[in-house]
Amino acid sequence: MNSWIIAGTALGYLILLSIIAWLAEASRKKGKSRINNSTVYALSMAVYCTAWTYYGSVGRAATNGLDFLTIYLGPTIMCALFWPVLRKIIRICRTQRINSIADLISTRYGKNFSLAVIVTIFCVLGVIPYIALQLKAISTSFDLLAGNNSATNSIWKDSNFYGTLLLTAFILYFGTRSVDASEKHEGLVAAIAFESVIKLIAFLAAGIFITYGMFDGFTDIFKLASQNDQLNKLYVLDESSSNTSWFSMLVLSLFAIIFLPRQFQVNVVENLNEKHLNKAAWLFPLYLFIINLFVLPIALGGSILYPNNSGNADLFVLGLPLSQGQYALSLFIFIGGFSAATGMIIVETIALTTMISNNLAMPLLLSGRYLQNRSDGSLRIIVLWVRRCSIILVIGLALLYDKAVAQQYSLVSIGLVSFAAVAQLAPAVLGGIYWKGASKNGALAGLTAGFLCWMLTLLFPSLAGAGLLNTDFIETGFFGQSWLKPTALLGLQSLDPVSHSLFWSLLLNTGLFVLVSIRSRKGIQEIYQGEVFVDVFKKENTIKERAVWKDNASLPALRSLLQNFTGPEKAGNLLEKYAQQHQISLESPKADPRLVTFTEKILAGIIGSASAHILVSRVAHAEELSMEEVINMLRESQEIRELNRQLIEMDELKDEFLYTVTHELRTPLTSIRALTELVHDNQDMPPEQKLQFLSAVIRESERLSFLITQVLNLERYESGKHVLQYSSIHLNELISKVMEAVLPLSREKNLTIKPTYSSPEIIVDCDPHLIHQVLYNLLTNAIKFSPKNGLISLSAKKEDQLISVTITDEGKGIPPESIDLIFDKFYQAPNQTLTKPEGSGLGLAISRKIIELHNGKIHASNGTKGGARFIFTLPIVANFNSNGS
Amino acid sequence: MAAKKILVVDDDPYILMSLEFLMQKNGYEVIVARNGREALDLVNEEKPELVILDIMMPDVDGFAICKVIKEDPVLKNIIIVFLSAKTRESDQKKGIELGAALYVFKPFSTRTLIKEINQLLE
Repeated sequence: MNSWIIAGTALGYLILLSIIAWLAEASRKKGKSRINNSTVYALSMAVYCTAWTYYGSVGRAATNGLDFLTIYLGPTIMCALFWPVLRKIIRICRTQRINSIADLISTRYGKNFSLAVIVTIFCVLGVIPYIALQLKAISTSFDLLAGNNSATNSIWKDSNFYGTLLLTAFILYFGTRSVDASEKHEGLVAAIAFESVIKLIAFLAAGIFITYGMFDGFTDIFKLASQNDQLNKLYVLDESSSNTSWFSMLVLSLFAIIFLPRQFQVNVVENLNEKHLNKAAWLFPLYLFIINLFVLPIALGGSILYPNNSGNADLFVLGLPLSQGQYALSLFIFIGGFSAATGMIIVETIALTTMISNNLAMPLLLSGRYLQNRSDGSLRIIVLWVRRCSIILVIGLALLYDKAVAQQYSLVSIGLVSFAAVAQLAPAVLGGIYWKGASKNGALAGLTAGFLCWMLTLLFPSLAGAGLLNTDFIETGFFGQSWLKPTALLGLQSLDPVSHSLFWSLLLNTGLFVLVSIRSRKGIQEIYQGEVFVDVFKKENTIKERAVWKDNASLPALRSLLQNFTGPEKAGNLLEKYAQQHQISLESPKADPRLVTFTEKILAGIIGSASAHILVSRVAHAEELSMEEVINMLRESQEIRELNRQLIEMDELKDEFLYTVTHELRTPLTSIRALTELVHDNQDMPPEQKLQFLSAVIRESERLSFLITQVLNLERYESGKHVLQYSSIHLNELISKVMEAVLPLSREKNLTIKPTYSSPEIIVDCDPHLIHQVLYNLLTNAIKFSPKNGLISLSAKKEDQLISVTITDEGKGIPPESIDLIFDKFYQAPNQTLTKPEGSGLGLAISRKIIELHNGKIHASNGTKGGARFIFTLPIVANFNSNGS
Repeated sequence: MAAKKILVVDDDPYILMSLEFLMQKNGYEVIVARNGREALDLVNEEKPELVILDIMMPDVDGFAICKVIKEDPVLKNIIIVFLSAKTRESDQKKGIELGAALYVFKPFSTRTLIKEINQLLE
């Protein structure tokens, strides 16, 4: 076919794309977005299907069998995780105005500059081959269609070069229309979605023609193929087929659908509404399914017609219809492939450009004072030009790689090298959004190790394979060390090169990321961003409304900084709108902290968060809050909620306690009132009965005041108002004193109290008055529940660092269901058939509190003979730190 | 005419003491129970006309005793008066719903209580 016709059609197609993009931009400017729907979003996501899919899948299927499918299974699995994972990333990026994956990682780890640089360099290194792959696909398909024998070596005679120039112009125009990279490229997205439709239809057209035009449908092809031994072998999963390669390709593609710069661009940066994810989560896999329907028939059909690899399987899609003289169809198929390739190049280039300009070029340019102090908006022009140069740089590099390396490899194997590179971003990103403990140093260590490993095991061998490097190291290992053999590190030989590289790089990457994160100290920004990222859904409002800056930034300085990048008019508009929304005055010379944060975010969209942070802190002379202030602020909103809940709970508890206390107070009060009324109203009462009534009144009054004292004591211990009066005491003496005090009570029931001591002198630090109270409570309790003539044993033991006191009675013991409750206030075990025991109902609660104040422990159980047993322990040496006394 | 019989149930000895005196002084025959079990036994044995019932007792609570009495075809006409330190409205409501004639809060006035009991037994 005539080259001019093909070139003309391609040019026409690019013009059509431009019109679509232009229309979408135009309607956006009118405030009516044409692409704000989930179908367009899902279609733009299909930029995942590049020339690799379009041509390479068939090639892979014809040479490797079914494993081409793994590249689509991974994303399909990830689609199920869109809502939890991708939505979180989208939300984070929106609140922080993040516009590239490098920015995401750098922002997460404290807006770290080196991280941004490393990720950018690696994305560029990793993805350039992939862009080259697209260029290669365009040129080979063009040559096939035009009937050229092979690509010429002179770049000036290469039609591909001119095509690339046109494409570059397109990207330059639509990719740098706005200075704020976090603004949406609606025109581009519209064009990409359109391209997705075209490539799908074209591929289906090729499939249908080959299956039904050249063969008699699926059955026919599969029947013919099954008679072919060589083909048969490819499609049987037996021991010879590599499971590890399936697995590693699945993992690679699973990460690729999120971390490839172009996927990040369409999935995250260009996302207009999180809800679009819902539809994309099924529509996108469906797209993948449909576009793969005809891969097998085409691969098989081609292999039948060109047995023993006599045809280039990567070109079956185009070559088979062409061999039948179907020129119009072939031209359409070529345009489909052109769509797939250009879509990828456009988005990938824009994504890489944002990274290069925001993370490499702008920080370098802005480090000089000269540029920083321009306030006439000319920085805006500089930003745009930096972006334009970056675009040219990216495409130029890709073209170079295409000429130098790509011609030697199949489409899929080039793509896999890129996939393996971006997979290295997974630990830092996923760890960063789910784990607050992830640290900058961890991310740096992990990423660097992962990328180095990727270079050594995958990139260098591929460069060597293309003759760019001496191949010796592949056979003998780096530095002649056999354990450094790039395809068999440490002697691991059983894996294919991609799996091998993925295994070592991800192992090192994740391992170092986790280990270093755990061991390293984190800076204030890292901790802040960790909170913000991990809890983005909980803290979104805090993040939006609050500032990390103290309020001593100067407003004019801030305004002029913003003007540098947006121009005076837009800067004014932005600030006024924000101030109005948040009721901030723009009159005062000091900028409200929120304005500083707002400005930083706007700048982050233009020059990346690392540089924005540096500029804002430098130009506005603002001071950052201290670590403590930041953390407090972040936790504040959450804590206030938590505090409220606790207050309500405490309020309920307090009510309950108050009710129980008054209830307990009512009982003696009832007797007192009734008895005194009766004495008063019955003057004729016999004197002995009067005496009985009045002595009851006295006892009940005593009980009442005892109860009040107990309640107040407990309140004092619980509120921490009571300061322990520590002194070193002889426990044995204290116990003797308490035993004397309870003697009248124990005599009433004729009880024996038998003390045993582990040593004649047990000395312990405590508040003797309070421990006296505990011993008294426990002994009177034991007396109360002992049968007449019973024995109460008391043993005091000195153990390693503590003393323990055990008091056992011969009563009925504690009902098992009550053991955990008896220390509660006013708890009384049910089913005591005896008359109501005397006491406040607070003795055990008070005893527990006292022991806890001493950092000791108290618990109850039933003795072997059935009686109740109470044990408490106290540290021998007081631990003053933990109770502050 | 024989004196009307009143059963007084409370786990506090002094309250029992005062109620016993109060009722006897006003011409009633008084029997006392110090817990729920005793109370149920005495209700069956003695069939009193009125029961003064505490609610919080160590074994069976007063609500349960009231329920048993009111569900028993023979005993259901016995008049129940709750005398309790449980002073929440919900408790009072529950007592009345269970069929009690009166729900008196502790501490109570002996003067008012006896008037009300006299009225109930007229």
